[in-house]
Amino acid sequence: MAGGLAIETRGLSKHFGQQAAVDRVDLAVPHGTVFGFLGPNGSGKTTTIRMLLGLAAPSAGTVNLLGQEMPDKLHDVLPRVGALVEGPAFYPFLSGAANLHRLDSASPHTVPATRKARVQQALERVGLEHAAGKRVHAYSLGMKQRLGIANALLSPRDLLVLDEPTNGLDPQGTREVRNLVRSLAHQGTTVFVSSHLLAEVDQMCTHAAVMSVGKLVAQGPLAELRQAGSMRLRLVTPDAGAARQVLAGLGLVPGPGQSEPRAQPDGETVVAVLHTGTRRPSVLPEDVVAHLVQAGVRVRGFAVERESLEDRFVALTGEGFDVAQ
Amino acid sequence: MPQAAQTARAAGAPRSSGLSLLGSELKVLFGRRRTWALLLALAAIPVLIAVAVKVSSAVPPGRGPAFLDRITQNGLFVAFTAMLVSVPLFMPLAVGVVAGDTIAGEASLGTLRYLLVAPAGRVRLLLVKYAGALAFCIVAPLTVGLAGAAIGAALFPVGPVTLLSGGVVQPAEAALRIVLIAAYLAVSLAGLSAIGLFLSTLTVVPVGAMAATVVVSVVTEVADQLPQLDWLHPWLFSHYWLGFGDLLRQPVAWDSFASNALLQAGYMAVFGALAYGRFVTKDILS
Repeated sequence: MAGGLAIETRGLSKHFGQQAAVDRVDLAVPHGTVFGFLGPNGSGKTTTIRMLLGLAAPSAGTVNLLGQEMPDKLHDVLPRVGALVEGPAFYPFLSGAANLHRLDSASPHTVPATRKARVQQALERVGLEHAAGKRVHAYSLGMKQRLGIANALLSPRDLLVLDEPTNGLDPQGTREVRNLVRSLAHQGTTVFVSSHLLAEVDQMCTHAAVMSVGKLVAQGPLAELRQAGSMRLRLVTPDAGAARQVLAGLGLVPGPGQSEPRAQPDGETVVAVLHTGTRRPSVLPEDVVAHLVQAGVRVRGFAVERESLEDRFVALTGEGFDVAQ
Repeated sequence: MPQAAQTARAAGAPRSSGLSLLGSELKVLFGRRRTWALLLALAAIPVLIAVAVKVSSAVPPGRGPAFLDRITQNGLFVAFTAMLVSVPLFMPLAVGVVAGDTIAGEASLGTLRYLLVAPAGRVRLLLVKYAGALAFCIVAPLTVGLAGAAIGAALFPVGPVTLLSGGVVQPAEAALRIVLIAAYLAVSLAGLSAIGLFLSTLTVVPVGAMAATVVVSVVTEVADQLPQLDWLHPWLFSHYWLGFGDLLRQPVAWDSFASNALLQAGYMAVFGALAYGRFVTKDILS
């Protein structure tokens, strides 16, 4: 299994009536990675996770978890998988520790003799040891979230599936989760984290996939995804007309800056896309400057901008608050 | 590739017997306030009857529920009266709450997905949930019977009990008959529990499943009263509910116990299968 995939789906689809919530998704999550699963609300992330864990049956396609087919091998695979699915859920009338005891005893694969110690350890790991005896009813959302993560860590796991793990956490808690994920990954656990927060994925993941309206629109190592973005140059000049001619001559498509007012006292902003995707740029930025100077274009400002992951994300999934239908 | 979880298991730590979940289920069911409230409400029935009889003047024979007129002479009749009174409505109500909550309650809390991811196994979870409901079916009538015997003994004299067949048994033997009736009622409620379990797999709203179970029970009992539906009566799960009088004969007549058990087993098989068919293929989206 070395070098294999921790999660592999082929043509994974889920239809609710006419609507395809998940549409032919081919996920490939390598072992030992921290894999970010990005997408706006309603893009099909949670439905995908439900199918990965055997909670929902796919309309089409297959799921392979840790080298075994799901849901046929569910009882062999799931003991090795810790999960936080669509937010934490607990018995409000039981204490935090009692909740973990309950969920741990649900699996016939866990060892009752070590249960108490494992519950204690998991609670300590998420910093809840002081609230262990308190009813979950009295927990804040952040505490419930921590308890949910503790539940995922009750046994040693080869794969963690965390759906929005930092939801409801304060910045301090968010950082703790990030460190926790890193340390788990360091021990060899594959971590699959879904999120609609880019910064989060940017900071803790090695790989990522992006969902949009039920479809997988990109996946791969984070560095590659970043590079897949475009590179732009931004030029501020009083001689905008001449500059455009030079840029056009180099095969670039110049346009006005989007956000700035067009006529500024110290010149106009011209923006041009140098290249998109992983293709090598047809012309290097330094050569562009040389050509501009040769043509007598006065340059006040010149910058090369690489798209942030956020720009990529928005480019891949669309902008605004419209929840994908 | 480090496979921590796999190696930990390969090391050969003893696995749990799988009974942990049943233990946990019973602990959660009988640990929660709602279950206690239900049992207390049931226990209040004999208390209410005993107190009412105590403070009122003598009950004229033939008025009110069976056995009521005998309470002043023998406190143990509080238990028989209370069990008889609670069968048509209170018992099905309590059982409906517990059985209707089995799967839908977990679904509405969201804990169902975590139990299944644990993985509890769907069939195993269904069996454990039903076992929990059955445990309640055993405890509920027992509560009424024992509370009745206790309050009866406290407020009235206790002596030999005259049975329906005319024979007389000692109080200890009568107490045994109370337990026997409780067992009869536990069996009686098994079919309704299976119906509740099935209804509970259909929804994520526990109150809906509870109400539906109670409604089914009431409709069945009404149907059992209609002479026009004579042909249907032997098939209704409530048909033998009040048939425990046979256990108050000397010697005990086991006919209705056997017919009742057979009928309930049939309901368990049918609705158990329906619940299985529904739950094993269900998409857990809550």
